[in-house]
Amino acid sequence: MKVKSCFGPNFKEYEIGEIVFLGKKHPLKLSCGVEISNFPIAYQAYGTLNEDRSNAILICHALTGDQYVASTHPITQKNGWWDFMIGENKTIDTKKYFVICSNILGGCMGSFGPKTIDEKTSKPYGINFPVITIQDMVHAQNLLIEHFGINKLHAVIGGSTGGMQVLAWSTLYPNKVKLLIPIATSYRHSPQNIAFHEVGRQAIMADSNWCEGDYIDQKKFPVRGLSLARMTAHITYLCESALQRKFGRDLNNKNSFSFNFDCEFQVENYLHHQGSRFVERFDPNSYLFITKAVDYFDLESDYLGNLSNAFVEFSKNKEGKFCLISCLDDWLFPTQESKKITKALSTCSINTSSVVISSNNGHDSFLIENEMLKNTIHGFINQN
Amino acid sequence: MNAIGENIVTHKIRYDHEIIANIIKSKSKVLDIGCGSGDLLYHLKTYKNIDCRGIEISQEMVAKCLVRGLSVIHGDANCELNFYPDSSFDYAILGQTIQAMNNPQNILEEMLRIAKYAIISLPNFANYKNRFHLLFKGTMPVNKTIPFQWFETPNIHFCSIRDFENLCKKMNLTIDKKVFLTSKHRLISVFGKEIIANFFADYGIFLIRKNEFCHTGQEEFAFNKVNNLSYTGRLISQFCKTR
Repeated sequence: MKVKSCFGPNFKEYEIGEIVFLGKKHPLKLSCGVEISNFPIAYQAYGTLNEDRSNAILICHALTGDQYVASTHPITQKNGWWDFMIGENKTIDTKKYFVICSNILGGCMGSFGPKTIDEKTSKPYGINFPVITIQDMVHAQNLLIEHFGINKLHAVIGGSTGGMQVLAWSTLYPNKVKLLIPIATSYRHSPQNIAFHEVGRQAIMADSNWCEGDYIDQKKFPVRGLSLARMTAHITYLCESALQRKFGRDLNNKNSFSFNFDCEFQVENYLHHQGSRFVERFDPNSYLFITKAVDYFDLESDYLGNLSNAFVEFSKNKEGKFCLISCLDDWLFPTQESKKITKALSTCSINTSSVVISSNNGHDSFLIENEMLKNTIHGFINQN
Repeated sequence: MNAIGENIVTHKIRYDHEIIANIIKSKSKVLDIGCGSGDLLYHLKTYKNIDCRGIEISQEMVAKCLVRGLSVIHGDANCELNFYPDSSFDYAILGQTIQAMNNPQNILEEMLRIAKYAIISLPNFANYKNRFHLLFKGTMPVNKTIPFQWFETPNIHFCSIRDFENLCKKMNLTIDKKVFLTSKHRLISVFGKEIIANFFADYGIFLIRKNEFCHTGQEEFAFNKVNNLSYTGRLISQFCKTR
């Protein structure tokens, strides 16, 4: 089933791919206590599921990513965000694997999120959407793979927020997965990262066009707030050296300062560009709910301060293996956090590999084509 | 006692790896520190049903290990052995790397913290070729065993077989087994005369453990001097047969 949804300040309509309604038989109980049923999850699938349904790979997208992992994005018309990784004869070969990527719970690309119409009020949920967690997203993904009749996933792969989902898979469904690849992620969102998220949320909520979350109904859109949130976040996705290399102190097509507050430096230009592109495709309320879900993520405290306890159940899965990938100059999820996960997994005697990718693009390294990254993932999922 | 000869496998691997593989008991748990592309681990996993882990500093090598289905952590063994809890392995292997570690003594302690046994192989810098090279040429030896110029060598703690044995003594570690090799991959029949080994051997392989530790299931390694000699003798004869 395909549906349409409106995006951006002009509420332009786009068709947003495959949607399936889940939780029909049994409602899904969210971490906050609210039960949801018959809710939509949008997904894209590539390749063919084999007869014994053992070749499925689930890709978990990042904070503001979506299910268009390897197909043209309906709004931006750009290639999928991991187009270099997934496809025929690519690193994750869709001739061999059945690759699924679903829009996370709380997202705005067709899955159950704040933009979904509440049947009781006939208006979008908006700020009344239930507060979700990473674990809730994983429960929804599990319903999706059950919908496909898949008992065990060959692999679950995801970066950043997607990596948190991968970790949550190992704790919630330890026997339904074989290979896990969390990339550029952490077992918990650090105070510094929560701080950056809060700046983003406050930017959205301080925009008068946010209308207490009711902007869709009032035909307004918090353009400035949402783009400011994106600009702040984008600083954290790169790193000092990448900013220096890409922009330096270069000015936009001129040689001298203009002594005003125009967008003068190239780095400013870059951030403005990122902000304005983002508002075309993302829902402000979704941003609030998803960032909150990420902030709540803390496997260590879930398991009473001992991270290795989180993986005790997974250690009983004899086929289960981890490959952690982190990026050398990522300051959002530094390699030390990945190493802490490696240590916890090793403590549980889980087959664990870890790789540090020496790309110089900061946190976003995993979204940029990189031989090391491709070789690592290819080797791990195709191991004999 | 498991005769080593019975375990000699036909699969072609590097000679020192073969000796190490034959020291290790089947179905044990092994950590290879500096595992490279995973040749030894792959051999152990495939032919001896061993639960294998590795640490390797080069990402390229780690990727090769991953293809082979090995679990390898990309990291620096100088500081990352603390990943592992006490006694989490039966054997920790350090193949021709101890001379390049920041703190060899610390590494030995760590290895014997995380594993019951440590297997160390090291190039013998007191080999006669090196001695003559230094004596007559007056420059730092460069040869097949030590293929680096002094200014580019990763080796920062040169040691000889005797040096290593002295360190074990100082650290109160028990050497359960030692095997000496030349670069031509032939065992020297030294029959316990370390002074000869220290002169002729290119490599030494040692199985060591903490003095206080003596695991009941592993008593075949707890040799006294006499046993050790006969064991080395058997090893040589078994090896000659298989060649």
